[in-house]
Amino acid sequence: MTEILIVFLKIICALVWFLTITLYLTWVERKESAVIQDRIGANRASILGIRIIGLFQPFADAIKMIFKEDFTPSFSKKRLHDLAPFISFFFVAITISAIPFGDVIRIGGRTIKLQILDINAGLLFILAMLSLGIYGIILSGWSSNNRFSLIGAVRGAAQLISYEVALGLSLVGLIMIYPSLKLSQIVHFQGQHLFGFLPKWGIFLQPLGFVIFLFAALAETKRVPFDLPEGESEIIGFFAEYSGLKWGLFMMTDFMEILIISCMLVTLFFGGWQVPWLATDGFHFPGGGTWLLPHWAVVFLQIASFNIKVFFFCWLQVLIRWTYPRFRYDQLMDMGWKLLIPLSLVNILGTGLIMSL
Amino acid sequence: MIKALGYFIEIIRGSLITARHFVVNMALHILKVLGIKTKKRGAVTIQYPEEKKELASRHRSLHRLMKREDGKPRCVACMLCVTVCPSECIYVEAAEDPDPEIQKYPAKFLIDISRCCFCGFCVEACPEDAIRMDSGQIEVADYSRQDLVYDLDRLLG
Repeated sequence: MTEILIVFLKIICALVWFLTITLYLTWVERKESAVIQDRIGANRASILGIRIIGLFQPFADAIKMIFKEDFTPSFSKKRLHDLAPFISFFFVAITISAIPFGDVIRIGGRTIKLQILDINAGLLFILAMLSLGIYGIILSGWSSNNRFSLIGAVRGAAQLISYEVALGLSLVGLIMIYPSLKLSQIVHFQGQHLFGFLPKWGIFLQPLGFVIFLFAALAETKRVPFDLPEGESEIIGFFAEYSGLKWGLFMMTDFMEILIISCMLVTLFFGGWQVPWLATDGFHFPGGGTWLLPHWAVVFLQIASFNIKVFFFCWLQVLIRWTYPRFRYDQLMDMGWKLLIPLSLVNILGTGLIMSL
Repeated sequence: MIKALGYFIEIIRGSLITARHFVVNMALHILKVLGIKTKKRGAVTIQYPEEKKELASRHRSLHRLMKREDGKPRCVACMLCVTVCPSECIYVEAAEDPDPEIQKYPAKFLIDISRCCFCGFCVEACPEDAIRMDSGQIEVADYSRQDLVYDLDRLLG
Protein backbone atom coordinates (compact mmCIF):
# COMPACT_ATOMS: atom_id res chain seq x y z
CA MET A 1 0.00 0.00 0.00
CA THR A 2 2.70 2.48 0.99
CA GLU A 3 4.61 1.50 -2.15
CA ILE A 4 1.70 2.61 -4.30
CA LEU A 5 1.34 5.77 -2.28
CA ILE A 6 5.01 6.58 -2.77
CA VAL A 7 4.78 6.06 -6.52
CA PHE A 8 1.66 8.20 -6.58
CA LEU A 9 3.44 10.97 -4.68
CA LYS A 10 6.42 10.75 -6.99
CA ILE A 11 4.17 11.10 -10.05
CA ILE A 12 2.46 14.14 -8.57
CA CYS A 13 5.75 15.80 -7.63
CA ALA A 14 7.31 15.14 -11.03
CA LEU A 15 4.25 16.38 -12.93
CA VAL A 16 3.99 19.51 -10.81
CA TRP A 17 7.68 20.20 -11.38
CA PHE A 18 7.32 19.53 -15.08
CA LEU A 19 4.20 21.60 -15.70
CA THR A 20 5.25 24.54 -13.52
CA ILE A 21 8.57 24.85 -15.25
CA THR A 22 6.89 24.46 -18.64
CA LEU A 23 4.50 27.25 -17.71
CA TYR A 24 7.35 29.47 -16.62
CA LEU A 25 9.39 28.65 -19.72
CA THR A 26 6.89 30.80 -21.63
CA TRP A 27 7.80 33.63 -19.28
CA VAL A 28 11.52 32.87 -19.63
CA GLU A 29 11.15 32.90 -23.40
CA ARG A 30 9.55 36.33 -23.40
CA LYS A 31 11.89 37.84 -20.85
CA GLU A 32 15.06 36.34 -22.28
CA SER A 33 14.23 37.47 -25.80
CA ALA A 34 13.52 40.92 -24.40
CA VAL A 35 16.82 41.12 -22.54
CA ILE A 36 18.72 39.93 -25.61
CA GLN A 37 17.07 42.64 -27.70
CA ASP A 38 17.60 45.43 -25.11
CA ARG A 39 13.92 45.48 -24.15
CA ILE A 40 12.11 44.85 -20.87
CA GLY A 41 9.51 42.30 -21.87
CA ALA A 42 6.10 41.48 -20.48
CA ASN A 43 5.85 43.08 -17.05
CA ARG A 44 2.28 44.36 -16.81
CA ALA A 45 0.33 41.32 -15.59
CA SER A 46 -0.54 42.05 -11.99
CA ILE A 47 -2.53 40.71 -9.09
CA LEU A 48 -3.96 43.54 -6.93
CA GLY A 49 -1.46 45.94 -8.42
CA ILE A 50 1.53 43.77 -7.56
CA ARG A 51 3.58 42.90 -10.62
CA ILE A 52 6.83 41.13 -9.78
CA ILE A 53 8.67 41.52 -13.11
CA GLY A 54 5.75 39.94 -14.92
CA LEU A 55 5.80 36.64 -13.03
CA PHE A 56 1.99 36.41 -13.29
CA GLN A 57 2.13 36.58 -17.08
CA PRO A 58 1.81 32.80 -17.62
CA PHE A 59 -1.40 32.77 -15.56
CA ALA A 60 -2.82 35.67 -17.53
CA ASP A 61 -1.98 33.81 -20.75
CA ALA A 62 -3.57 30.62 -19.46
CA ILE A 63 -6.77 32.39 -18.40
CA LYS A 64 -6.98 34.14 -21.75
CA MET A 65 -6.52 30.84 -23.55
CA ILE A 66 -9.17 29.06 -21.49
CA PHE A 67 -11.79 31.70 -22.25
CA LYS A 68 -11.02 31.89 -25.94
CA GLU A 69 -13.47 30.25 -28.30
CA ASP A 70 -12.44 26.69 -29.08
CA PHE A 71 -13.31 26.75 -32.74
CA THR A 72 -13.47 23.53 -34.72
CA PRO A 73 -13.87 24.08 -38.44
CA SER A 74 -16.93 22.38 -39.96
CA PHE A 75 -14.84 20.61 -42.59
CA SER A 76 -12.49 18.95 -40.10
CA LYS A 77 -12.65 15.36 -38.92
CA LYS A 78 -14.03 16.16 -35.47
CA ARG A 79 -12.88 13.24 -33.31
CA LEU A 80 -9.33 13.15 -34.64
CA HIS A 81 -9.14 16.93 -34.58
CA ASP A 82 -9.94 16.85 -30.87
CA LEU A 83 -7.63 13.94 -30.21
CA ALA A 84 -4.47 15.21 -31.92
CA PRO A 85 -3.27 17.83 -29.38
CA PHE A 86 -3.78 15.37 -26.53
CA ILE A 87 -1.69 12.75 -28.31
CA SER A 88 1.22 15.08 -28.85
CA PHE A 89 0.88 16.36 -25.28
CA PHE A 90 0.66 12.90 -23.75
CA PHE A 91 3.71 11.41 -25.46
CA VAL A 92 5.91 14.25 -24.29
CA ALA A 93 4.46 14.38 -20.78
CA ILE A 94 4.98 10.66 -20.21
CA THR A 95 8.73 10.86 -20.82
CA ILE A 96 9.22 12.61 -17.48
CA SER A 97 8.60 9.27 -15.78
CA ALA A 98 12.03 7.95 -16.79
CA ILE A 99 14.11 10.99 -15.87
CA PRO A 100 16.17 10.60 -12.67
CA PHE A 101 15.93 13.74 -10.53
CA GLY A 102 18.37 12.53 -7.93
CA ASP A 103 19.94 9.45 -6.41
CA VAL A 104 18.07 7.89 -3.49
CA ILE A 105 16.50 9.47 -0.45
CA ARG A 106 16.36 7.56 2.84
CA ILE A 107 13.35 8.29 5.03
CA GLY A 108 12.41 6.06 7.98
CA GLY A 109 14.35 3.00 6.87
CA ARG A 110 13.07 3.22 3.31
CA THR A 111 15.22 4.02 0.29
CA ILE A 112 13.23 5.86 -2.32
CA LYS A 113 14.60 6.41 -5.80
CA LEU A 114 14.07 9.95 -7.01
CA GLN A 115 12.75 8.69 -10.30
CA ILE A 116 9.22 7.56 -11.10
CA LEU A 117 10.11 4.46 -13.09
CA ASP A 118 13.58 3.02 -13.44
CA ILE A 119 12.88 1.11 -16.66
CA ASN A 120 15.56 -1.23 -17.98
CA ALA A 121 15.53 0.49 -21.35
CA GLY A 122 14.82 3.98 -20.03
CA LEU A 123 16.79 5.69 -22.76
CA LEU A 124 14.97 3.78 -25.50
CA PHE A 125 11.65 4.52 -23.78
CA ILE A 126 12.24 8.27 -23.95
CA LEU A 127 13.39 8.12 -27.58
CA ALA A 128 10.38 5.99 -28.52
CA MET A 129 7.89 8.28 -26.82
CA LEU A 130 9.43 11.37 -28.40
CA SER A 131 9.15 9.74 -31.83
CA LEU A 132 5.52 8.84 -31.20
CA GLY A 133 4.87 12.56 -30.88
CA ILE A 134 4.95 12.66 -34.69
CA TYR A 135 1.48 11.07 -34.63
CA GLY A 136 0.12 14.19 -32.98
CA ILE A 137 1.53 16.34 -35.77
CA ILE A 138 0.35 14.09 -38.60
CA LEU A 139 -3.09 13.67 -37.06
CA SER A 140 -3.58 17.38 -36.47
CA GLY A 141 -2.53 18.24 -40.00
CA TRP A 142 -4.61 15.55 -41.61
CA SER A 143 -7.75 15.88 -39.51
CA SER A 144 -7.86 19.65 -40.02
CA ASN A 145 -8.69 18.83 -43.65
CA ASN A 146 -6.87 21.94 -44.73
CA ARG A 147 -4.21 21.71 -47.46
CA PHE A 148 -1.79 24.02 -45.75
CA SER A 149 -2.09 22.16 -42.46
CA LEU A 150 -1.52 18.88 -44.24
CA ILE A 151 1.54 20.19 -46.05
CA GLY A 152 2.84 21.54 -42.74
CA ALA A 153 2.29 18.19 -41.09
CA VAL A 154 4.10 16.37 -43.89
CA ARG A 155 6.98 18.81 -43.63
CA GLY A 156 7.06 18.22 -39.89
CA ALA A 157 6.98 14.45 -40.23
CA ALA A 158 9.76 14.50 -42.84
CA GLN A 159 11.91 16.67 -40.61
CA LEU A 160 11.31 14.67 -37.46
CA ILE A 161 11.97 11.34 -39.15
CA SER A 162 15.23 12.60 -40.71
CA TYR A 163 16.50 13.93 -37.43
CA GLU A 164 15.28 10.92 -35.47
CA VAL A 165 17.95 8.89 -37.29
CA ALA A 166 20.73 11.28 -36.34
CA LEU A 167 19.38 11.51 -32.80
CA GLY A 168 19.45 7.76 -32.37
CA LEU A 169 22.82 7.26 -34.03
CA SER A 170 24.46 10.02 -31.98
CA LEU A 171 23.55 8.11 -28.83
CA VAL A 172 24.96 4.78 -30.05
CA GLY A 173 28.48 5.90 -29.10
CA LEU A 174 27.29 6.66 -25.59
CA ILE A 175 25.44 3.36 -25.31
CA MET A 176 28.66 1.57 -26.29
CA ILE A 177 30.52 3.24 -23.42
CA TYR A 178 27.84 3.20 -20.74
CA PRO A 179 27.18 -0.13 -19.06
CA SER A 180 23.41 0.00 -19.31
CA LEU A 181 20.38 1.68 -20.87
CA LYS A 182 18.97 2.24 -17.38
CA LEU A 183 19.12 5.99 -16.86
CA SER A 184 19.91 5.67 -13.16
CA GLN A 185 22.92 3.49 -13.95
CA ILE A 186 24.03 5.85 -16.71
CA VAL A 187 24.08 8.67 -14.19
CA HIS A 188 25.85 6.51 -11.58
CA PHE A 189 28.50 5.65 -14.15
CA GLN A 190 29.14 9.35 -14.74
CA GLY A 191 30.06 9.73 -11.07
CA GLN A 192 33.43 8.10 -11.74
CA HIS A 193 36.49 10.13 -12.64
CA LEU A 194 38.76 10.39 -15.66
CA PHE A 195 42.48 10.69 -14.83
CA GLY A 196 41.49 11.02 -11.17
CA PHE A 197 40.03 14.53 -11.34
CA LEU A 198 37.79 15.08 -14.39
CA PRO A 199 34.23 13.83 -13.83
CA LYS A 200 33.46 11.05 -16.29
CA TRP A 201 30.60 12.94 -17.91
CA GLY A 202 29.31 12.11 -21.37
CA ILE A 203 30.48 15.43 -22.78
CA PHE A 204 34.12 14.48 -22.09
CA LEU A 205 33.69 10.96 -23.44
CA GLN A 206 31.61 11.87 -26.51
CA PRO A 207 32.11 15.51 -27.51
CA LEU A 208 31.13 14.88 -31.14
CA GLY A 209 28.14 12.83 -30.04
CA PHE A 210 27.06 15.74 -27.87
CA VAL A 211 27.18 18.24 -30.74
CA ILE A 212 25.20 15.92 -33.03
CA PHE A 213 22.68 15.17 -30.30
CA LEU A 214 22.26 18.88 -29.57
CA PHE A 215 21.52 19.72 -33.21
CA ALA A 216 19.22 16.76 -33.74
CA ALA A 217 17.41 17.47 -30.47
CA LEU A 218 16.92 21.12 -31.44
CA ALA A 219 15.37 19.93 -34.68
CA GLU A 220 13.11 17.61 -32.68
CA THR A 221 11.72 20.50 -30.65
CA LYS A 222 10.53 22.17 -33.90
CA ARG A 223 11.68 25.61 -32.74
CA VAL A 224 13.07 28.47 -34.71
CA PRO A 225 16.16 27.40 -36.58
CA PHE A 226 14.15 24.28 -37.42
CA ASP A 227 10.59 25.58 -37.24
CA LEU A 228 9.50 24.60 -40.75
CA PRO A 229 6.58 22.43 -39.53
CA GLU A 230 4.80 25.47 -38.06
CA GLY A 231 6.56 28.65 -39.21
CA GLU A 232 4.12 30.79 -37.25
CA SER A 233 5.22 34.06 -38.84
CA GLU A 234 4.78 33.29 -42.53
CA ILE A 235 4.44 29.67 -43.68
CA ILE A 236 1.31 28.01 -42.35
CA GLY A 237 1.87 25.08 -40.05
CA PHE A 238 0.12 21.94 -38.95
CA PHE A 239 -1.96 23.55 -36.20
CA ALA A 240 -3.37 26.38 -38.27
CA GLU A 241 -6.94 25.17 -37.62
CA TYR A 242 -6.61 25.07 -33.84
CA SER A 243 -7.58 27.75 -31.39
CA GLY A 244 -8.03 28.25 -27.68
CA LEU A 245 -6.83 25.61 -25.28
CA LYS A 246 -6.10 23.01 -27.96
CA TRP A 247 -3.69 25.40 -29.61
CA GLY A 248 -2.35 26.04 -26.12
CA LEU A 249 -1.68 22.34 -25.73
CA PHE A 250 0.47 22.35 -28.86
CA MET A 251 2.33 25.35 -27.51
CA MET A 252 2.76 23.60 -24.15
CA THR A 253 4.09 20.54 -25.97
CA ASP A 254 6.78 22.68 -27.58
CA PHE A 255 7.94 24.01 -24.24
CA MET A 256 7.73 20.58 -22.64
CA GLU A 257 9.96 19.27 -25.40
CA ILE A 258 12.53 21.93 -24.54
CA LEU A 259 12.46 20.78 -20.94
CA ILE A 260 12.67 17.09 -21.83
CA ILE A 261 15.53 17.68 -24.25
CA SER A 262 17.34 19.62 -21.52
CA CYS A 263 16.72 16.77 -19.07
CA MET A 264 18.08 14.28 -21.60
CA LEU A 265 21.15 16.41 -22.39
CA VAL A 266 21.87 16.71 -18.68
CA THR A 267 21.26 13.05 -17.89
CA LEU A 268 23.27 11.67 -20.79
CA PHE A 269 26.07 14.19 -21.24
CA PHE A 270 26.36 16.27 -18.08
CA GLY A 271 26.19 13.72 -15.31
CA GLY A 272 22.51 14.10 -14.41
CA TRP A 273 22.26 14.85 -10.71
CA GLN A 274 26.00 14.30 -10.16
CA VAL A 275 27.91 17.13 -8.53
CA PRO A 276 31.64 16.92 -9.35
CA TRP A 277 33.48 14.97 -6.60
CA LEU A 278 30.35 14.54 -4.47
CA ALA A 279 29.91 10.99 -3.23
CA THR A 280 27.06 9.68 -1.06
CA ASP A 281 28.75 10.84 2.15
CA GLY A 282 30.20 14.18 1.06
CA PHE A 283 32.83 15.77 -1.15
CA HIS A 284 36.06 13.94 -1.94
CA PHE A 285 38.27 16.45 -3.70
CA PRO A 286 40.97 15.20 -6.10
CA GLY A 287 43.67 16.92 -4.02
CA GLY A 288 42.84 14.54 -1.16
CA GLY A 289 40.64 16.77 0.99
CA THR A 290 37.22 15.58 2.13
CA TRP A 291 34.19 17.47 3.34
CA LEU A 292 31.58 15.20 4.88
CA LEU A 293 27.93 16.18 4.58
CA PRO A 294 24.73 14.78 6.10
CA HIS A 295 22.41 12.73 3.90
CA TRP A 296 19.79 15.46 3.40
CA ALA A 297 22.43 17.95 2.28
CA VAL A 298 23.76 15.50 -0.31
CA VAL A 299 20.24 14.84 -1.64
CA PHE A 300 19.56 18.57 -1.75
CA LEU A 301 22.82 19.26 -3.61
CA GLN A 302 22.06 16.53 -6.14
CA ILE A 303 18.57 17.80 -6.90
CA ALA A 304 19.82 21.38 -7.04
CA SER A 305 22.61 20.38 -9.41
CA PHE A 306 20.17 18.60 -11.71
CA ASN A 307 17.85 21.61 -11.72
CA ILE A 308 20.60 24.13 -12.36
CA LYS A 309 21.93 22.12 -15.29
CA VAL A 310 18.45 21.71 -16.74
CA PHE A 311 17.74 25.43 -16.42
CA PHE A 312 21.02 26.22 -18.13
CA PHE A 313 20.08 24.11 -21.13
CA CYS A 314 16.58 25.60 -21.26
CA TRP A 315 18.26 29.02 -21.29
CA LEU A 316 20.60 27.91 -24.04
CA GLN A 317 17.76 26.63 -26.19
CA VAL A 318 15.84 29.87 -25.82
CA LEU A 319 19.02 31.77 -26.70
CA ILE A 320 19.44 29.66 -29.84
CA ARG A 321 15.83 30.28 -30.78
CA TRP A 322 16.33 34.05 -30.56
CA THR A 323 19.67 34.08 -32.38
CA TYR A 324 19.33 32.16 -35.62
CA PRO A 325 17.12 32.61 -38.64
CA ARG A 326 15.21 29.68 -40.06
CA PHE A 327 16.84 27.07 -42.30
CA ARG A 328 15.69 26.70 -45.86
CA TYR A 329 14.02 23.33 -46.33
CA ASP A 330 16.75 21.84 -48.55
CA GLN A 331 19.42 23.09 -46.15
CA LEU A 332 17.53 21.42 -43.33
CA MET A 333 17.43 18.09 -45.14
CA ASP A 334 21.07 18.44 -46.25
CA MET A 335 22.14 19.05 -42.68
CA GLY A 336 20.20 16.04 -41.42
CA TRP A 337 21.14 13.48 -44.03
CA LYS A 338 24.49 14.71 -45.38
CA LEU A 339 26.11 16.14 -42.27
CA LEU A 340 24.71 14.80 -39.02
CA ILE A 341 24.19 11.17 -40.01
CA PRO A 342 27.68 10.66 -41.58
CA LEU A 343 29.21 12.47 -38.60
CA SER A 344 27.37 10.24 -36.16
CA LEU A 345 28.52 7.16 -38.10
CA VAL A 346 32.11 8.46 -37.88
CA ASN A 347 31.53 8.97 -34.18
CA ILE A 348 30.39 5.37 -33.74
CA LEU A 349 33.39 4.11 -35.72
CA GLY A 350 35.82 6.24 -33.73
CA THR A 351 34.31 5.18 -30.42
CA GLY A 352 34.55 1.53 -31.44
CA LEU A 353 38.17 1.92 -32.51
CA ILE A 354 39.20 3.60 -29.28
CA MET A 355 37.33 1.06 -27.17
CA SER A 356 38.96 -1.88 -28.97
CA LEU A 357 42.47 -0.48 -28.51
CA MET B 1 34.51 21.23 -45.71
CA ILE B 2 36.54 24.31 -44.78
CA LYS B 3 33.62 26.48 -45.91
CA ALA B 4 31.28 24.48 -43.69
CA LEU B 5 33.68 24.92 -40.78
CA GLY B 6 33.66 28.67 -41.43
CA TYR B 7 29.86 28.67 -41.20
CA PHE B 8 30.07 26.73 -37.98
CA ILE B 9 32.43 29.28 -36.43
CA GLU B 10 30.15 32.10 -37.54
CA ILE B 11 27.16 30.31 -36.00
CA ILE B 12 28.95 30.11 -32.66
CA ARG B 13 30.03 33.76 -32.90
CA GLY B 14 26.41 34.73 -33.56
CA SER B 15 25.20 33.07 -30.43
CA LEU B 16 28.05 34.66 -28.47
CA ILE B 17 26.77 38.09 -29.55
CA THR B 18 23.27 37.40 -28.25
CA ALA B 19 24.71 35.80 -25.13
CA ARG B 20 26.81 38.91 -24.52
CA HIS B 21 23.75 41.13 -24.89
CA PHE B 22 21.92 38.90 -22.43
CA VAL B 23 24.69 38.88 -19.82
CA VAL B 24 25.42 42.63 -20.02
CA ASN B 25 21.75 43.66 -19.91
CA MET B 26 20.98 41.17 -17.16
CA ALA B 27 23.87 42.52 -15.06
CA LEU B 28 22.58 46.07 -15.59
CA HIS B 29 19.05 45.01 -14.61
CA ILE B 30 20.32 43.32 -11.45
CA LEU B 31 22.40 46.38 -10.52
CA LYS B 32 19.28 48.52 -10.97
CA VAL B 33 17.26 46.24 -8.70
CA LEU B 34 20.04 46.43 -6.10
CA GLY B 35 19.82 50.22 -6.30
CA ILE B 36 23.26 50.80 -7.82
CA LYS B 37 23.35 53.63 -10.37
CA THR B 38 24.99 52.82 -13.70
CA LYS B 39 25.79 54.95 -16.70
CA LYS B 40 24.12 52.56 -19.15
CA ARG B 41 20.62 51.16 -18.90
CA GLY B 42 19.67 47.53 -19.36
CA ALA B 43 16.87 48.35 -21.77
CA VAL B 44 16.05 51.27 -24.02
CA THR B 45 12.34 50.93 -23.19
CA ILE B 46 10.36 53.93 -21.94
CA GLN B 47 7.43 52.68 -19.85
CA TYR B 48 4.98 54.87 -21.77
CA PRO B 49 1.93 55.86 -19.77
CA GLU B 50 4.00 56.34 -16.62
CA GLU B 51 7.15 57.73 -18.20
CA LYS B 52 6.99 60.06 -21.17
CA LYS B 53 9.62 61.02 -23.64
CA GLU B 54 10.34 64.74 -23.87
CA LEU B 55 9.09 66.16 -27.16
CA ALA B 56 11.46 67.96 -29.49
CA SER B 57 11.11 71.75 -29.49
CA ARG B 58 9.99 71.71 -33.13
CA HIS B 59 7.49 68.88 -32.60
CA ARG B 60 4.10 69.58 -34.21
CA SER B 61 1.51 68.70 -31.57
CA LEU B 62 -2.12 69.71 -31.15
CA HIS B 63 -3.04 73.19 -32.45
CA ARG B 64 -3.84 76.15 -30.26
CA LEU B 65 -5.12 79.62 -31.19
CA MET B 66 -3.33 82.66 -29.81
CA LYS B 67 -5.07 85.55 -28.07
CA ARG B 68 -4.64 89.31 -28.11
CA GLU B 69 -3.97 91.20 -24.90
CA ASP B 70 -7.72 91.72 -24.41
CA GLY B 71 -8.43 87.99 -24.67
CA LYS B 72 -9.96 87.99 -28.14
CA PRO B 73 -8.52 85.62 -30.75
CA ARG B 74 -5.69 86.98 -32.84
CA CYS B 75 -7.20 85.43 -35.92
CA VAL B 76 -8.51 87.87 -38.52
CA ALA B 77 -10.38 85.21 -40.52
CA CYS B 78 -8.23 85.74 -43.62
CA MET B 79 -8.88 82.12 -44.73
CA LEU B 80 -5.21 81.50 -45.63
CA CYS B 81 -5.05 78.41 -43.38
CA VAL B 82 -8.31 77.14 -44.83
CA THR B 83 -6.86 77.56 -48.32
CA VAL B 84 -3.52 75.93 -47.60
CA CYS B 85 -4.82 73.01 -45.57
CA PRO B 86 -4.21 69.84 -47.65
CA SER B 87 -6.69 67.72 -45.73
CA GLU B 88 -9.34 70.49 -45.74
CA CYS B 89 -10.03 70.10 -42.07
CA ILE B 90 -10.27 73.79 -41.09
CA TYR B 91 -13.56 75.66 -41.34
CA VAL B 92 -13.67 79.39 -40.56
CA GLU B 93 -16.73 81.64 -40.61
CA ALA B 94 -15.86 85.35 -40.58
CA ALA B 95 -17.79 88.11 -38.85
CA GLU B 96 -17.29 91.88 -38.86
CA ASP B 97 -15.36 93.41 -36.01
CA PRO B 98 -16.28 96.92 -34.86
CA ASP B 99 -12.60 97.85 -34.58
CA PRO B 100 -11.49 99.20 -38.02
CA GLU B 101 -7.94 98.12 -37.34
CA ILE B 102 -8.99 94.44 -37.14
CA GLN B 103 -12.01 94.43 -39.50
CA LYS B 104 -12.78 90.69 -39.23
CA TYR B 105 -12.84 88.05 -36.53
CA PRO B 106 -13.76 84.36 -36.68
CA ALA B 107 -17.29 83.70 -35.51
CA LYS B 108 -16.62 79.97 -35.96
CA PHE B 109 -13.24 78.29 -36.10
CA LEU B 110 -13.47 74.49 -36.41
CA ILE B 111 -10.61 72.03 -36.87
CA ASP B 112 -11.53 68.39 -37.53
CA ILE B 113 -8.59 66.74 -35.73
CA SER B 114 -9.58 63.32 -37.08
CA ARG B 115 -8.78 64.60 -40.59
CA CYS B 116 -5.76 66.73 -39.74
CA CYS B 117 -2.43 65.32 -40.92
CA PHE B 118 -0.33 67.60 -38.70
CA CYS B 119 1.65 69.02 -41.62
CA GLY B 120 1.90 72.46 -40.03
CA PHE B 121 1.08 74.39 -43.21
CA CYS B 122 -1.61 76.41 -41.40
CA VAL B 123 1.00 77.64 -38.93
CA GLU B 124 3.31 78.71 -41.75
CA ALA B 125 0.53 80.34 -43.73
CA CYS B 126 -0.86 82.44 -40.87
CA PRO B 127 0.16 86.12 -41.26
CA GLU B 128 -1.00 87.02 -37.74
CA ASP B 129 0.76 84.21 -35.83
CA ALA B 130 -2.70 83.28 -34.60
CA ILE B 131 -2.34 79.48 -34.82
CA ARG B 132 0.50 77.46 -33.38
CA MET B 133 1.18 73.75 -32.97
CA ASP B 134 3.15 73.80 -29.75
CA SER B 135 0.63 72.74 -27.12
CA GLY B 136 2.71 69.61 -26.40
CA GLN B 137 -0.43 67.51 -26.42
CA ILE B 138 -0.07 64.38 -28.55
CA GLU B 139 -2.66 62.07 -27.01
CA VAL B 140 -5.72 62.97 -29.06
CA ALA B 141 -8.32 60.24 -28.86
CA ASP B 142 -12.07 60.18 -28.37
CA TYR B 143 -15.02 57.87 -28.58
CA SER B 144 -16.91 59.64 -31.38
CA ARG B 145 -15.89 61.51 -34.50
CA GLN B 146 -17.96 64.54 -33.50
CA ASP B 147 -15.89 64.98 -30.34
CA LEU B 148 -12.79 65.33 -32.48
CA VAL B 149 -14.08 68.50 -34.17
CA TYR B 150 -12.46 71.19 -32.00
CA ASP B 151 -14.19 74.55 -31.85
CA LEU B 152 -12.94 78.03 -31.08
CA ASP B 153 -13.25 77.82 -27.30
CA ARG B 154 -11.38 74.57 -27.12
CA LEU B 155 -8.64 75.77 -29.43
CA LEU B 156 -8.21 78.99 -27.47
CA GLY B 157 -8.07 76.72 -24.42
